[in-house]
Amino acid sequence: MLGLGILSGLLIVPLCGAAFILTLKGDDASVARNSRWAALATTIVTFALSLVAWGRYDAASASFQLVESHPWLAETIRFKLGVDGFSMPLVLLTTFLMPFCIGASWTSIHVRVKEYFVAFLVLETTMIGVFESLDLLLFYLFFEAGLIPMFLIIGIWGGQRRIYASFKFFLYTLLGSVLMLLAVMAMYWQAGTTDIPTLLQYRFPVHMQTWLWLAFFASFAVKMPMWPVHTWLPDAHVEAPTAGSVVLAGILLKMGGYGFIRISLPMLPVASQDFAPLVFALSVIAIIFTSLTAMMQTDIKKLIAYSSVAHMGFVTLGLFTLNEQGIQGALFLMISHGIVAGALFLCVGVVYDRMHTREIAAYGGLVKRMPLYAVAMMVFTMANVGLPGTSGFVGEFLSMLGAFKANPNVAFFSTFGIILSAAYALWLYARVIYGKLEKPNLQGILDLDTREKIILAPLVALTIYYGVHPAPVLDVFAPSTDALMASMKAALSNTQTAAAALPIPR
Amino acid sequence: MPTVHSVLPSLAPLLPELILGIGVLVLILYGAWRGDRSAETVSVGALVLLLVALFVVLSQPTSGRVTTLSGAFVSDAFSKVMKSLVLLGSAATILLAHDFFKRERIDRFEFPVLIVLCTIGMMVMVSANDLIALYLGLELQSLAAYVIAAFHRDNAKSTEAGLKYFVLGALSSGMLLYGASLVYGFTGTVSFPGIVSALNENAGLGIVLGIVFLAAGVCFKMSAVPFHMWTPDVYEGSPTPVTAFFATAPKMAAVAMTVRVFIGAMPDVTAIWQQIFIFVAVVSMALGSFAAIGQRSIKRLMAYSSIANIGYALIGLACGSEEGISGLVTYMIIYLAMTLGTFAIILSLRRREVMFESIEDLSGLSRTHPWLAFCLAAMMFSLAGIPPLAGFFAKFYVFAAAIKAGLVTLAVIGVVTSVVGAYYYLRLVKIMYFDEPKEPYEAMAPGLRVVLALSSVVVVLFFLLPGPLVGVAGRAARSLF
Repeated sequence: MLGLGILSGLLIVPLCGAAFILTLKGDDASVARNSRWAALATTIVTFALSLVAWGRYDAASASFQLVESHPWLAETIRFKLGVDGFSMPLVLLTTFLMPFCIGASWTSIHVRVKEYFVAFLVLETTMIGVFESLDLLLFYLFFEAGLIPMFLIIGIWGGQRRIYASFKFFLYTLLGSVLMLLAVMAMYWQAGTTDIPTLLQYRFPVHMQTWLWLAFFASFAVKMPMWPVHTWLPDAHVEAPTAGSVVLAGILLKMGGYGFIRISLPMLPVASQDFAPLVFALSVIAIIFTSLTAMMQTDIKKLIAYSSVAHMGFVTLGLFTLNEQGIQGALFLMISHGIVAGALFLCVGVVYDRMHTREIAAYGGLVKRMPLYAVAMMVFTMANVGLPGTSGFVGEFLSMLGAFKANPNVAFFSTFGIILSAAYALWLYARVIYGKLEKPNLQGILDLDTREKIILAPLVALTIYYGVHPAPVLDVFAPSTDALMASMKAALSNTQTAAAALPIPR
Repeated sequence: MPTVHSVLPSLAPLLPELILGIGVLVLILYGAWRGDRSAETVSVGALVLLLVALFVVLSQPTSGRVTTLSGAFVSDAFSKVMKSLVLLGSAATILLAHDFFKRERIDRFEFPVLIVLCTIGMMVMVSANDLIALYLGLELQSLAAYVIAAFHRDNAKSTEAGLKYFVLGALSSGMLLYGASLVYGFTGTVSFPGIVSALNENAGLGIVLGIVFLAAGVCFKMSAVPFHMWTPDVYEGSPTPVTAFFATAPKMAAVAMTVRVFIGAMPDVTAIWQQIFIFVAVVSMALGSFAAIGQRSIKRLMAYSSIANIGYALIGLACGSEEGISGLVTYMIIYLAMTLGTFAIILSLRRREVMFESIEDLSGLSRTHPWLAFCLAAMMFSLAGIPPLAGFFAKFYVFAAAIKAGLVTLAVIGVVTSVVGAYYYLRLVKIMYFDEPKEPYEAMAPGLRVVLALSSVVVVLFFLLPGPLVGVAGRAARSLF
């Protein structure tokens, strides 16, 4: 249709929905109702469309598929879209989570409802765009454009300190990303194009790789977020409305990991290998330090936010092991964490909507009044801990396996993360769900209503399904991972032979 | 074709200037005859004149280079683009000013006349091919500008702005003239092609001194640091439509003039003037970004923002390359749209004959005027350089040119200051979207709507079809090298 393919469709459908919602007129109540339904319909249509794309996708191939390319800035900077084994699952994750976000905002957003859903749909387009772009500049464009709706979501519909949190989120991420922009330009002048498939074949000179890698690292490390540039995340999470936290934890954080696997590792293999110890060190610190921090939090959302930082530590650890298990594990963890962390924030939203507080101390003994909620929360808590049988286990286990192969010491220290994560997650669960139900204002609290059941049930099912049967996801990653390993091996051995030709004193 | 010796030089390249010149004389006579009642008609007449001139400029040939008036005046792709921008800026000013002056009861016929005269001066600056023509254009532009800065003559701030602008402007013209005379003294010619052939790498101290003085003069006209001190005061004191004018059309002309002098006349001594512009770019970006943080008045904020923006644009000049100039021209095109759009919104903050000019007055604008707030937010994100808005592409091209020219440090400083700048642009968004609303403002005047609609379309939708404008900028840059 109009020369546009299905991937453009995924970008256009949410925008059309947003435009439709903008045109709604009438009294406040009917506009709010209509925008909710329109937003839900749009996200469901987008999800359905992404399933169609998935149907046309050949999971056995490592090449870019469903590629479409339109003229844009120049002959060498085109509007090029396509998906491969790394991006397809993330596109699906995005479109899958969005209807849940809309559902979670159904009753909790009362003011400026229309604008809220417009912002969410625009955000969906930018997130899908990041994963679909096959042009570096286009990637950057979507990567940054997402800041605008997220800034507004946190700032308008957030909590007490929303303004501080929104500014911190925006400026932190922007500062990281502008350096990436300079790196993109440098790559453009060096290789003559910003076309990602071409750049994947291009070998950048080694000294240049170092600088490019650092510039990209500045951006992805903030987005990830890695210790010590993670401090924007707890603030943003705490202040954002529930659906904002879900998107933030579920999808926005994955952009950093995706950037590493799409750009840093394959295009800058030598620098990636050189800097792997740095990444290991930061990851291990993140895993241990932020787990300890998480344990001491009094705010439920902040606790989950710190646990996200710790889990992202496993992702970076796995990615830079530069072996198949590590990378596969990291990718799987990204998907699993997207579902689990998103679901945990939804769970927090459930009680927040009832009690309007996120203080752990304000709860206790919820199991008495909310048995279903307690079950759902337990599944996600266990997945967060990495209990075998849940999706969290597969990712963490594989990345640790990879880490053990790459560097046993790193694996040894990161194991503490698993123990600590059990400590903070179970302790949180115990304080909120177990104990005596003695707080007077909790006496009348109600269990999940139908809307909440519909939202949480699929997530529970997926968490367990991927825990016992991770193969469908891993099989999608496999061809692309193999291709990545092969190209990196070739690039690294090339430089080694070049280096061996020079007499290096040892 | 045999050379035809004629008494008159070829006037075809001069056609737009001639139309404006003859037209403005007719308007003056008409105004003098009818008195102040003619303000409305003269405004419309001036607008028509500017649009006709724009049409003529656009229908000039895109390629090739024509000189006339014994080589003093040049017409090429670069002059075509820059003149179109100047004319658009001037025409938009007349649209913006109409309603404002009527409500302030200072709607005199002199204003559109002065704008047209100023425009002629700017067009001569853009097309100048020797130092004399350059100075003539500059002075015609400046004198008209001094008068319109003080146009609200019963208002102390406006008169102060006019006087300040005049005194400092005269000083800078003097410096520029001194620099020009030094260059003439050491090369023996005022014509740009002549200077090109007379200059070589081992230029003497006299030339260097001349270049420094010339640079000081043009930096004043562009309001680049360290010659920016007049900008916040003049921007704040002048009537708002005049501020909008100063922030757009004369900037275009000043930048075009700078490019003519340094790229057109001194391509072989790039090393000498490049360091000047690297310094000017760095300090302009830094000062513009940091000083804007503390501002409360929107007009002063825009003054500092314009200083920072000139800093970014000058990165393109500092590269001294074709990509650099192409980036510079793209930057100016997009800057024009962003600035005009912003001022159209500032001018619509009016309630019962009172204009609001403080940033707190924007509070809660998203609830009272959602579309206005949306447009201003788009302008602010664009000025901050956030994709997919046009301002991102403006910065992209100049930074890309800097990276190619090896000026990596300059580019890094540039992006870091752009993050600082993002802070104060975001503050405006925050006030509009996060704060509690105030009383609504009156409906926008039709002139403002036209300007705002056109500039918003450019800013918001540029990313869908960037090819044409970027292509125009590229052709303009090629015509200089």
